[in-house]
Amino acid sequence: MSNRKGVYTGNELIAIAAIDAGCRFYAGYPITPSSEIMEVMSKELPKVGGAFIQMEDEIASMAAAIGAAWTGVKSMTASSGPGISLKSEHIGYACITETPVVIVNIMRGGPSTGFPTAPSQSDVMQARWGTHGDHPAIALVPGNAKEMYYETVRAFNLAEKFRTPVFILGDEILGHMNTMVELPDPSDLDIVERKIYSPKQGEKYKPFDMSKGDVPPMGAFFRGYRFHLTGLNHNEYGYPTIDRDMIKMQQERMMKKVENHVEEIVKNELFNMDDADYVIFAYGSTGAAAKLASKMLREKGKKVGVFRPITIWPFPDRQIDEVITSGKYKGILVAEANLGQIIYEVERVNRGRLPIKDLLKVDGTPVSPTDIVSRFEEVF
Amino acid sequence: MAGYINYEYYLRQDYRNLQWCPGCGDGAILQAFFRAVHELGISKDDMAVVSGIGCSGRISGYIDFNTMHTTHGRPVAFATGIKLAAPDKYVVVFGGDGDQTAIGGNHFIHACRRNIDMTIIVINNNVYGMTGGQYSPTTPSGFKTQTTPYGNYDSQFDIVKLAIGAGATYVARESVIKPVVLTKYIKKALQHKGCSVVEVISNCHINLGRRNKMKSPHAVLEWIKDHTVPLSRANKMSEEELAGKVITGEFVEVEKPEFTESYYKLCESLKGE
Ligand SMILES: Cc1ncc(C[n+]2csc(CCOP(=O)(O)OP(=O)(O)O)c2C)c(N)n1
Ligand code: SF4
Ligand SMILES: [Mg+2]
Repeated sequence: MSNRKGVYTGNELIAIAAIDAGCRFYAGYPITPSSEIMEVMSKELPKVGGAFIQMEDEIASMAAAIGAAWTGVKSMTASSGPGISLKSEHIGYACITETPVVIVNIMRGGPSTGFPTAPSQSDVMQARWGTHGDHPAIALVPGNAKEMYYETVRAFNLAEKFRTPVFILGDEILGHMNTMVELPDPSDLDIVERKIYSPKQGEKYKPFDMSKGDVPPMGAFFRGYRFHLTGLNHNEYGYPTIDRDMIKMQQERMMKKVENHVEEIVKNELFNMDDADYVIFAYGSTGAAAKLASKMLREKGKKVGVFRPITIWPFPDRQIDEVITSGKYKGILVAEANLGQIIYEVERVNRGRLPIKDLLKVDGTPVSPTDIVSRFEEVF
Repeated sequence: MAGYINYEYYLRQDYRNLQWCPGCGDGAILQAFFRAVHELGISKDDMAVVSGIGCSGRISGYIDFNTMHTTHGRPVAFATGIKLAAPDKYVVVFGGDGDQTAIGGNHFIHACRRNIDMTIIVINNNVYGMTGGQYSPTTPSGFKTQTTPYGNYDSQFDIVKLAIGAGATYVARESVIKPVVLTKYIKKALQHKGCSVVEVISNCHINLGRRNKMKSPHAVLEWIKDHTVPLSRANKMSEEELAGKVITGEFVEVEKPEFTESYYKLCESLKGE
């Protein structure tokens, strides 16, 4: 493990990071531009005794990853837009059964088959609301090769900590770009290990215990105690219920276990912000472009900073509000590779206080620094 | 381990919200399953029971095993994850005819193809029971359902042929009217290494029988008795005599490489790389 410096694609980094974070189960179905994650997993997991399976479709992949999670292993699946649409049924099942599982979406254009080989950021709202019903969401948006690695590790940690599915949203550029990276020794990583609950003698395990804080302890099958899981609304034991109070309490707790811990989950990079007059709000590969754009604009004498969320869900409401209320900034340019999704979240937090402009792009090419520079000069 | 069986031992004592109509075949199937588990002496801790959505899917909630009530049609996919991650455990799937051959047909055939070691018990009541009696891929021709008000004009799956064609290595079919034989088949399925499929012909008098002049459980059971023929007898019957009949018995029992075993052999061979 000593020398792990090398040239890796973002997709390879996600796969390596997953294994370093303790992932020992992968189920997937090939799809551009995410397939390399699966290919690396098929090569590496058997070497460490982990399980790999190519399923018959993405619905099944998500299901298998959830099934495996309840035997006590950390599990993952990866795909792109069309496959994520198929996984959505079971992402809801993972939410309601409070199953830790990591889902990677290497975004491409859409809807439908869209533009398989082109980068896009048009699934960010899907990551929030893709499956039906009220449910919590955690989604990370790494913006460079190093973050593809470290945010994957963080995704596993968050999944364990909050017992919920966690998305990593990359895009074709991040997934396929080759970068020289020095990987850490896995033993130096902060890893949240799966703590499998062991009930006391005579105690009945409650997979949805409400008395132990927002996140109930995670159990596992085949451990000498038996329990039930269902996608139906359920009580603390996991049994179906139609008790109105129970449904309400469990549903609210499921949301609050993320809402109450936003500060632990949210992560942003503020770049060139201290003395800036304007803010570019951008994430993922567009966030990386925004940082370059900020430098280019500064060379032209325009003091522009970048607010780059690295967690997109839950949304960094408080941090953006702070930027807006500071009174230091004259306007925000939101740049994203879609026809306007996250901009509505920024507007929601802004409540009309600062002028907000957009740079939206869906022609299959990434948002480049020069795109941002020229749009900025046009609007501010 | 044969002999006295305390069914309560296998039933959850803290959840008994039975949703089934009185006389539903699902109860008899559950009983046969318990007997099989009991006679084989399998520990409840070593078995995961995964079910789909439907009246049949409710089984997992009532029984004291490691249980997962999943989504409509997909229990086999969840079970595949469980089995691959815990290859030394028993994994059993319960699903309806709609669950396993309509919405879940893809997962069903792929489990058979992989020959992954699990037992899939398909409860075929020839209808979508839970949703009020719409037709399923096994509803017989001419039968009236909520979505074939003029009689069924669609074609049927033969679940046994489907399983065999897809590669399952133990395939049997029996009906709820022969619980002893059914128990034997479930036992053999549980002992079999590989993907085993047991189709159980069951009665839904409420949502199939009622609309087809068979109001009582008894009437549907009579109908089942009339149109099922044991394999030994069927072998001596002509094609004309067999028209409209469903053959029961054991159809396939073969050995083939099992998926999880092949996978972990590979892992073993890569150790230290
Ligand atoms: C994705 C999805 N589609 C539809 C349904 C509605 N639904 C619930 S059970 C069922 C049919 C059940 O029929 P079967 O599988 O034969 O089981 P049975 O009730 O007859 O035992 C349907 C269509 C659902 N729960 N989920
Ligand atoms: S509707 Fe039919 S299958 Fe469902 S419980 Fe009633 S009799 Fe059984
Ligand atoms: Mg049915």
